[in-house]
Amino acid sequence: MSLGKEFKDIPGTIVFDSEQSRKGYWLNQFCMSLMKADNRARFKANERAYLDEWKMTEEQKLAVMSRDLNRMMALGGNIYFLSKIGATDGKSFQQMAGSMTGMTEAAYREMMVGGGRSIEGNRKIGEHGDAQGAAPTGKDK
Amino acid sequence: MARITASVYSSHIPAVGAAFDHGKTHEPYWQKVFSGYEFSKVWEKQQKPDVVFLVYNDHATAFSLSLIPTFAIMTGPEFQPADEGYGARPVPPVIGHPELASHIASEVIQKDFDLTLVNEIDVDHGLTVPMSCMFGKVDAWPCKVIPFAVNVVQHPVPSGARCFALGQAIRAAIESYPEDLNVQVWGTGGMSHQLQGPRAGLINREWDNAFLDRLIDDPKGLAAMPNIDYVREAGSEGIELVMWLIARGAMSDLRGGPKPKVAHRFYHVPASNTAVGHLILENG
Repeated sequence: MSLGKEFKDIPGTIVFDSEQSRKGYWLNQFCMSLMKADNRARFKANERAYLDEWKMTEEQKLAVMSRDLNRMMALGGNIYFLSKIGATDGKSFQQMAGSMTGMTEAAYREMMVGGGRSIEGNRKIGEHGDAQGAAPTGKDK
Repeated sequence: MARITASVYSSHIPAVGAAFDHGKTHEPYWQKVFSGYEFSKVWEKQQKPDVVFLVYNDHATAFSLSLIPTFAIMTGPEFQPADEGYGARPVPPVIGHPELASHIASEVIQKDFDLTLVNEIDVDHGLTVPMSCMFGKVDAWPCKVIPFAVNVVQHPVPSGARCFALGQAIRAAIESYPEDLNVQVWGTGGMSHQLQGPRAGLINREWDNAFLDRLIDDPKGLAAMPNIDYVREAGSEGIELVMWLIARGAMSDLRGGPKPKVAHRFYHVPASNTAVGHLILENG
């Protein structure tokens, strides 16, 4: 039984299921390798060369090099795995999460202190909440 | 005989661990979070549990995509705090209880809960952050801990109903252990949070508080809630809250005992990206 299609009906959200997991297998396993200091150093020294050691697609490699977290998610990444790239770059989880919203770091932090993003209009695709837009892509701030 | 005296529920936010480790607990932002655990630290000193059965999830730390157990019980003697990419947390090693853990595994597997057994594993913030909140800064943890990991990373993750039933089986297993032990069962993770995509930063204060109300008064009804509701209402990472139902299922009112007493309840937004929820229920 595959996961119900209601899991695809949430705006601004990619549910990490077996399909995403298969798609992103080597992307996520590459991320795991960054938990070792030696690997972090090799990755930082030459990102392209390090990525070429992994059975990742070209699209996945480019998304990693441009630190485009939304793109990495779409290509099968899972945020707990992708966070190892952020840790390698010295980013906090709040900086990483915020970078996926298109907001500035300060604006995102302020939103959280103010009680977070509202659920209203953000339950289902097609409502009118602030998470209904396309995922912003481009370089991580 | 071993007895379960209380259940504890808490978020397990990594930034809380970082604030704790870097001495930021008195900064106004973090003080609001840690104030919710002041009662709990005093309470734990009075309760003196022998063993904590601690339900948590691994966050791509010990379990990568190469191995994804739905339910894993740690039957080993000792577990080190993991290096999650920022260096290992400066907290003591976690001492297990292999005899009780093996007993629980043996009992619940024979009741058709097919657990994975783990003897060697490093434990991540999901386990150690609630321990720091509940016990404070210590040279050695004051009790033994049986880590119990639930897959809440790759869907489908276990349902609330399954977690609730498992909690009841764990309770029966603990209560059939012959040694006189004071055992607590903890459920960790949550509350509402989403760490990904344009909906990152989602907080649902009303839903979280209704979850706490129902966890106390209507756990059976709450356990029937489908997983999609957690993801939709509490965020993609809010699904961690199914783990709280394991701890709730282990309380004795589910086998005809009196309703548990609410010893402590706390809710605060935010800690980093997340709503902090914390509850202590004592068995009557």
